[in-house]
Amino acid sequence: MTETFQDWGMSYEWAWGLATFAGVLLIALPLMLAVAMIIYMDRKVWAAIALRRGPNVVGPFGLAQSFADGLKVFLQETIIPSAANKGLFLLAPILTFTVALTAWAVIPFNSGAVLADINVGLLYIFAISSLGVYGVVISGWASNSKYPFFSAMRAAAQMISYEVSIGFVIICVVLYAGTFNMNGIIVGQIGHGLGIFNGYAFNLLLFPMWVVFLISSLAETARAPFDLTEAESELVAGYQTEYSSMSFALFWLGEYANVLLMCALNAILFFGGWLPPVNWEPLYAVPGFIWLFAKIFLFFFIFSWIKATVPRFRYDQLMRLGWKVFLPMSLLFVVLVSGWLMLTRYDCGDAGRVYASTVPVTEAGVLYREGQSAANLWDGRCADDLPALEREFAS
Amino acid sequence: MLLTIAFYLFATVVIASAVMVIMSRNPVHSVLWLILSFFNAAGLMVLVGAEFIAMLLVIVYVGAVAVLFLFVVMMLDIDFASMRAGFVRNAPLGIIIALILLAELVLGIGAYRAGALVLGTPDGTAAPLMFESNIESIGALLYSRYLFLFESAGIILLVAMIGAIVLTHRERPAAHRRAHQDIGKQVRRKPEDATVNASPAIGKGIDL
Repeated sequence: MTETFQDWGMSYEWAWGLATFAGVLLIALPLMLAVAMIIYMDRKVWAAIALRRGPNVVGPFGLAQSFADGLKVFLQETIIPSAANKGLFLLAPILTFTVALTAWAVIPFNSGAVLADINVGLLYIFAISSLGVYGVVISGWASNSKYPFFSAMRAAAQMISYEVSIGFVIICVVLYAGTFNMNGIIVGQIGHGLGIFNGYAFNLLLFPMWVVFLISSLAETARAPFDLTEAESELVAGYQTEYSSMSFALFWLGEYANVLLMCALNAILFFGGWLPPVNWEPLYAVPGFIWLFAKIFLFFFIFSWIKATVPRFRYDQLMRLGWKVFLPMSLLFVVLVSGWLMLTRYDCGDAGRVYASTVPVTEAGVLYREGQSAANLWDGRCADDLPALEREFAS
Repeated sequence: MLLTIAFYLFATVVIASAVMVIMSRNPVHSVLWLILSFFNAAGLMVLVGAEFIAMLLVIVYVGAVAVLFLFVVMMLDIDFASMRAGFVRNAPLGIIIALILLAELVLGIGAYRAGALVLGTPDGTAAPLMFESNIESIGALLYSRYLFLFESAGIILLVAMIGAIVLTHRERPAAHRRAHQDIGKQVRRKPEDATVNASPAIGKGIDL
């Protein structure tokens, strides 16, 4: 987009600034709309599983329910408890909301359609999502009330525990892709499953990691069955107990934006992001973002399905699952995946690169790099996969 | 232009929030200022092109270490007035440490500006930048030239971890151990094993 603005006669800095601003708006505004609709969908799915109708009064099929809720919340009075730490009390929902939006900067919606195409995209998402816990912890502490504080303690412990196994899952994916760049990870999945399916989940070594990632992402976003931070039978409403009006709505929006982000990550890391699910030429005619949205939608359906059917975990079970099951399992798979890659790719792709770089003087490294196409560098696979990759680059 | 503005913004916030860490009266506020300072330091790292280090700083320090800090500080009931009481007594020691740090900084920057610091390979030639992505460059260096240091750092961390576990691990008394619940056993249990369907005659109880 920067080039377009430059063609209109702007200096590079102004064009870049304007393009970034436009990109932020292009992501944030539809995201807010998507959050509103996804809350509606959540309630509808939940209702259907419980044999109820769900929201059906406001607008056709109740579609405007979320907007009505938003309006109601907006018109309410903001109540700040007199004993609360005022500044931090107001900062916490803003932090949750901002962090939830910030992570979307590196999500690719199509080949090249990404706001910030950075080398460390996946690490960026991991870093930003680890900030999400502060909103909860600060709100719990600043409320100066017992239940929110319990909730904050639980949230801190829960999110740190599950981040560890998410980290190991990410390492497995990155080992296969050979890059932290989100687009690179997606392109690496072309025809990964027997040359037919696009996605790392069709790999026997990575499929268990996807299961771990799906469950951990439920825990990371504090969705049912891991919603111990707002377990209403124990903690009233958890960290949100003292909140009302817009500050409550910001928590609400931020939470759902985070859930959407986790769905998107499931789609991108394991199901090929904006690639069609099957590596078949005519399917590439459909724009990539449609595939991505369809996958996000599917994962969100799974999330609400789980919410409607699975009872809440007990706290000790949650900790046991994170530390005694997922952590050893994902650690084992890091070893298995790296061992397998060492065995199969030692003289091409990444293993070759590591080998080349152990030679202290550049000669070997430079020779190696020159012999590679950009696609192969990105992907780290051998040359027989190149036609599919080059087609993707041409489009 | 943009780079300069961003640099001064990040640098100012780092220094200001670092000052606030020691100035604020509430320990929770101190930790939050520390987090802000870490975060802006990560911003500075991005500006010099070390995006990998920046992300690690955020993941490790902001995402994990500072959360635990905050956790502990929130749980403890610290009387800050008593902690401030020893200010005059501890001031000379603090000043000495600050002076040592200042001298080290001046020496380090002086040595760097004198061109004495050249990152080189074992045979004396300067290490060339092999890859455009600094993850790959760091990996190439860590697993070749600094392999031994890297592995020993890993072993030191492992020893520290085991030490922490040994220090905090307490043997449960026998009575507690018997009461310990086995989740696998609980999950495997079927209703038929746990319940009895009895229809006692009127006036008779059942043996449990």
